[in-house]
Amino acid sequence: MVLVLALGDLHIPHRAPDLPAKFKSMLVPGKIQHIICTGNLCIKQEVHDYLKSLCPDMHVTRGEYDEDARYPETKTLTIGQFKLGLCHGHQVIPWGDLDSLAMLQRQLDVDILVTGHTHQFKAYKHEGGVVINPGSATGAYSSITYDVNPSFVLMDIDALRVVVYVYELIDGEVKVDKIDFKKTATAHSAH
Amino acid sequence: MTSGGIEDEEKWLAEGIAGLQHNAFYMHRALDSNNLKDALKYSAQMLSELRTSRLSPHKYYDLYMRAFDELRKLEMFFKEEARRGCSIIDLYELVQHAGNILPRLYLLCTVGSVYIKSKEAPAKDVLKDLVEMCRGIQHPLRGLFLRSYLSQVSRDKLPDIGSEYEGDADTVMDAVEFVLQNFTEMNKLWVRMQQQGPAREKEKREKERSELRDLVGKNLHVLSQIEGVDLDMYKDTVLPRVLEQVVNCKDELAQYYLMDCIIQVFPDEYHLQTLETLLGACPQLQPTVDIKTVLSQLMERLSNYAASSAEVLPEFLQVEAFTKLSNAIGKVIEAQVDMPVVGAVTLYVSLLTFTLRVHPDRLDYVDQVLGACVKKLSGKARIEDAKATKQIVALLSAPLEKYNDIVTALNLSNYPLVMDHLDNATNKVMAVVIIQSIMKNNTYISTDDKVEALFQLIKGLIKDLDGSLVEELDEEDFKEEQNSVARLIHMLHNDDPEEMLKIICTVRKHILTGGPKRLPFTVPPLIFSALKLIRQLQGQDGDVVGEDVPATPKKIFQLLNQTIEALSSVPSPELALRLYLQCAEAANDCDLEPVAYEFFTQAFILYEEEIADSKAQVTAIHLIIGTLQRMNVFGVENRDTLTHKATGYSAKLLKKPDQCKAVYACSHLFWVDDQDGVKDGERVLLCLKRALRIANAAQQMANVTRGSSGPVTLFVEILNKYLYFFEKGNPQITSAAIQGLIELITNEMQSDTTTDPFADAFFASSLRYIQFQKQKGGGMGEKYESIKV
Repeated sequence: MVLVLALGDLHIPHRAPDLPAKFKSMLVPGKIQHIICTGNLCIKQEVHDYLKSLCPDMHVTRGEYDEDARYPETKTLTIGQFKLGLCHGHQVIPWGDLDSLAMLQRQLDVDILVTGHTHQFKAYKHEGGVVINPGSATGAYSSITYDVNPSFVLMDIDALRVVVYVYELIDGEVKVDKIDFKKTATAHSAH
Repeated sequence: MTSGGIEDEEKWLAEGIAGLQHNAFYMHRALDSNNLKDALKYSAQMLSELRTSRLSPHKYYDLYMRAFDELRKLEMFFKEEARRGCSIIDLYELVQHAGNILPRLYLLCTVGSVYIKSKEAPAKDVLKDLVEMCRGIQHPLRGLFLRSYLSQVSRDKLPDIGSEYEGDADTVMDAVEFVLQNFTEMNKLWVRMQQQGPAREKEKREKERSELRDLVGKNLHVLSQIEGVDLDMYKDTVLPRVLEQVVNCKDELAQYYLMDCIIQVFPDEYHLQTLETLLGACPQLQPTVDIKTVLSQLMERLSNYAASSAEVLPEFLQVEAFTKLSNAIGKVIEAQVDMPVVGAVTLYVSLLTFTLRVHPDRLDYVDQVLGACVKKLSGKARIEDAKATKQIVALLSAPLEKYNDIVTALNLSNYPLVMDHLDNATNKVMAVVIIQSIMKNNTYISTDDKVEALFQLIKGLIKDLDGSLVEELDEEDFKEEQNSVARLIHMLHNDDPEEMLKIICTVRKHILTGGPKRLPFTVPPLIFSALKLIRQLQGQDGDVVGEDVPATPKKIFQLLNQTIEALSSVPSPELALRLYLQCAEAANDCDLEPVAYEFFTQAFILYEEEIADSKAQVTAIHLIIGTLQRMNVFGVENRDTLTHKATGYSAKLLKKPDQCKAVYACSHLFWVDDQDGVKDGERVLLCLKRALRIANAAQQMANVTRGSSGPVTLFVEILNKYLYFFEKGNPQITSAAIQGLIELITNEMQSDTTTDPFADAFFASSLRYIQFQKQKGGGMGEKYESIKV
């Protein structure tokens, strides 16, 4: 059982002052094995360092407002049996378009693609795998999505199965939902 | 004193102890054999050791304690004698025959103890006799210890209420008289020590006096323990008499210690009820007494008392504690003209702590304290002393911590005036403290006037204060500072659009004074705050016709335009471009075509003129394309102009691969899913073909420069785009074209000398996708039927 925290688009301090208190109290160091962050933190010291304190294995890709311009455009990593791809998503036009994102997924050759930019949570399965958008962890303003609720995703990866838990802060209460995905054992990856 | 002095003292002490033990031994023998005469003889000899003048207080104490222990045995013997029928009165008389006065008096006190216990005479008579007799010893050290002995042995024999020694003749008043007298005499002896010896040894004397102070203070402790000393007796007798001695002794050491002692030893309710008397003594003390510490102690005790239970609070109001303390402090500060600033501020900090504990709802009191502090500070330059600064910060932080609500602190008119006296660096530190308090407590500030007041307080962070032109502030610290201001902006909010707009204008006014270094931090949060307001107004449709409502999206967009313009002074073109695009999208949602067009124009101008870095250009053009793709407010002409520009710039990016990607991204500008108007299949194809040409050119370049063909990834990407539009039903995209592309790629990969695993995998998964779609059946399957993989 490997826990992966996926979050992004915090936009601190441009669009939000901080993570919601209820989220902060849930995110405790030592419980999570990996963090993948879609980007737009924005400030290094506060947010990047805070996330690193939760878990040292942290991966970030560049959002268009990130202070640190050296984050990569895309990243791939393997966790257990799954190959994960990470990209902020402003590079994929049209923004939020699932077919275009599927193309990126094929290009990175990953089972799970995690992107952001739209600030709207999505978990979508297609023949090539799963596309996940953890939304905005702070509920930051978005020109694309109205009424953004703060959200983040926790993935529990266990052999060929991943359970995606989405945590959303709606009207002051944290609501959790979960979605199951199974990877078919056929060797997709061209090794 | 020579270094041999200490050694000498050790020697003398040893000698004294030896002598004492020697005589004690014989005394024990006498006690064992009931030999009263010898017992008295040897005990007197033993006590003679206490006649020494050669020991320091510390060493004398050692000797005294040993004597004390021996005298306990003697006392027990006397008790036995009395039981056996020996007349205690005779004994009392007998011991007075001892040769030297000091041993005589120790013995007298010892017998006196037994005498009182026997009840053969009223306690008060014996006590009176003893306390008077002790006057025989005027030597300070010896006198103090003697009287201390008297105090110790009489402790449990005072005619207190409910004690066995109370009677018709003996009252609590007698007990109090006795202790007061002993106290007065002891204090006089103690003060007299100051005069002994040469002037150069003053420090040594003070140290020695310090060691003895508890002997004097013990009397006050005893007084506090007497049950019969109720509030009235304390008020009428005890306190006035004690204060009289304190004031009259005119000794700095004694006054400071005893004032402190009074405060610590007697109950807080007594202090409350005698506040005027107690405070009245303060100006009468020696000017060198550290009265501010005394007052601070008093206020702290009273603060704790107030915090202990809510029931005592009305008492504070009833005795007008605040006014009395406030006046007393004022008098002290006035009287001690040379008091350093830190002293005065410390006093005010104590008073403020007191006020916040006891009268938290009385903001006028709190403001009064701050005002008094301002008065003391006025006329002086900015505070440079670190300790004083620290105290002022404590003064300013106290209301923040107490109220947890910055709005309350903003109501204190003197608060900003106090802040003005801090030096620039500390002013900023305080401003950060204020912001942190707001963030920690999640306080929202929701009126324009409060926002204005807040920004006045934190002005040290907002702009360069006069006198601090080039502040050598560490870059990291500066960033942290400005980021906290940025976060603060999100806490300024009101649901009412009119009020919110006022707030935005006020914030804007202030941050625009910040200069180029601060604008990149402070402008974005303001822009997004305004965009949120616009979105809120979008929802409300009711624009009351004819009424000049200030809060309209149009007006706000004007404001936004002017604000983003300010970033050109930094310069911050990339940030400005992003913000213009955000505004364009918002204008699109408000159906304001000219406004949206204007924002795009500004973005393009920045792109053309300011963004030269190729990597930055790539991101910027994708942002422009992505935003433009979502626009639905533009008429055909405007849309065409902007699209043409976007595609033009895409093709002009420096690196060929970047050109290719940007151009095929532009294909989406001609096909938007939810708008039947924009589905120009031909121009989509044109874009994709152009992208292909660029990809080809890139391949050829790679051939020339590296001797091998470049990666086929670009072709695979373009293939995927073909598939995209094929599925969307673009009639210009044929299965034949797709087939052709597939073959092209396959050939390229076969003829490739170097293998690129990423490109291979991408192509493989793309083919898998096609296969999958074929197998889907239905409409999709049909579409894909003719494509062979």
